[in-house]
Amino acid sequence: MESTDLAAVWLTLKLATVVTTLLLVVGTPIAWWLARTRSPFKGMVGAIVALPLVLPPTVLGFYMLLTMGPHGPLGQLTQALGLGLLPFTFPGLVIASVFYSLPFVVQPIQNAFEAIGERPLEVAATLRASPWDAFWSVAVPLARPGFLSGAILGFAHTVGEFGIVLMIGGNIPEKTRVVSVQIYDHVEALEYTQAHWLAGGMVLFSFVVLLGLYTFNPARRKAL
Amino acid sequence: MSSAIQARFRIERRDFSLAVDLTLPGRGITALFGHSGSGKTTCLRAMAGLERAADGYFAIGDEVWQDEAAGCFVPTHQRALGVVFQEASLFPHLSVRGNMEFGQKRASTAGLRFALPEIAEMLGIDHLLARNPAQLSGGERQRVAIARALLAGPQILLMDEPLAALDLKRKLEILPYLERLHRELAIPIIYVSHAPDEVARLADHLVLLDDGKVVASGRLNEVLSRIDLPSAFADDAGVVIEASVAAHEADDLTRLEFPGGTIFVSRHDEPVGTFLRCRIHARDVSLALVPQVHTSILNCVGAVVVDLAPTATPGHVLVKLDVAGEPLLARITRRSAERLGIRPGLALRAQIKAVALLA
Repeated sequence: MESTDLAAVWLTLKLATVVTTLLLVVGTPIAWWLARTRSPFKGMVGAIVALPLVLPPTVLGFYMLLTMGPHGPLGQLTQALGLGLLPFTFPGLVIASVFYSLPFVVQPIQNAFEAIGERPLEVAATLRASPWDAFWSVAVPLARPGFLSGAILGFAHTVGEFGIVLMIGGNIPEKTRVVSVQIYDHVEALEYTQAHWLAGGMVLFSFVVLLGLYTFNPARRKAL
Repeated sequence: MSSAIQARFRIERRDFSLAVDLTLPGRGITALFGHSGSGKTTCLRAMAGLERAADGYFAIGDEVWQDEAAGCFVPTHQRALGVVFQEASLFPHLSVRGNMEFGQKRASTAGLRFALPEIAEMLGIDHLLARNPAQLSGGERQRVAIARALLAGPQILLMDEPLAALDLKRKLEILPYLERLHRELAIPIIYVSHAPDEVARLADHLVLLDDGKVVASGRLNEVLSRIDLPSAFADDAGVVIEASVAAHEADDLTRLEFPGGTIFVSRHDEPVGTFLRCRIHARDVSLALVPQVHTSILNCVGAVVVDLAPTATPGHVLVKLDVAGEPLLARITRRSAERLGIRPGLALRAQIKAVALLA
């Protein structure tokens, strides 16, 4: 493998790790809200979170490019803060990926929270646990399988993205050139051997992730 | 009663409404009895603060947990209470000990204080502490749930049909523990049930609910012996008497004494002086104007007719009797009532065919 390939692998893993961490932080409150709210906006928020599931990444990337660009609201904000522009940078790629992989993390966690039901939280309240306490001491431990699925899916999905990376990140070595883009470059240049190494690696990686998910994810535990 | 419980809730929903105003004793077991949909569980949840009545007031003694008129509502987790639900609802990610310590760790010092080993012994679960909830039987789980509630230092214990999800064998396994709580706990217990036998066995005070309203509230026997109520207990109409074991006789009978007289039951090996609860169904009591000599019925007490009323069973009437201050019910045919000229004030003999010991 060439050093550019290794750099792409390293960048991909770094991106996926950062994105997964952010997704858990951002996705958990959204999942909790969606699982428990009776607000009329529940359907709308749920639909917005799920949009990346159906939209072509290019569409999402296009609008994010406009939002982050010099005339977009986010672009003007980052410029006003003296941070420059986000497109074609690693942080820009991170933000775009968080949006793109959000449903893959929110939905399993939301399902897990919904499966817990009201009762264990009521029991916790009758045992003097404040809502914040009950969230950490009861809801999160009981939803653990959902967190595991969400984290694995979010990580794997970020590793596998291509369209949105091209739109937002471009193809800058060691900054935004991830494995999927590198494979594309190899194929374009008819470097099939190098493409095989990376593509085969991706197949193996994805298979191992899914195998782990289906094998080790414990059946959901209900309150007894 | 300085620590009496005041509970007033008004809840309006599309398909259901609850409007209760209760003063309950500050100790002993109060049963909320009614059919499903009568509002008894909603009432209990309102007491726990799990359901918020827009118009509500709830206080134990001086401690006010809800007073909507004054804008006061103490959230559930700040109330020193214990709740036992129909399903034990143990936390599956914690061991039995972990479950029991969950509330104990978070308890304030306001309520009842127990040590974990003491409670575990009292409920017979000391050998289960290291287990997972999944390894327990239904009865054991419910005992752990009770222990967990008590360890949180409650000032009141709320139980929502704690035996309803269990089969008869498990029920009989738990009832003695509940009786023990009744004897040994200084805090009031509110016990929701739709099973007449549980109520007769455990309750001191009985609240009858129907369609979200209080039909009757009073001492157990006062309510059980009211013949003007819609037949909540129907065929199970009857009273409960507390009698003490007076002697064990040679022919395998145990003599029980209660204020109204003496009754004999099959030998029951409790020490002399023990108080036992007995249930006497109205259908097992017959009436005679003069003492009967030529009869096989052993238990016969003097009584005065208080009142009589029609009952749900066709052709029958319920007769309320006074036996030295204790109420007794008899269900006889209307024809017999007319033939004997049963009327309020008449002194007669009540023959008791069967006595169910509730222990």
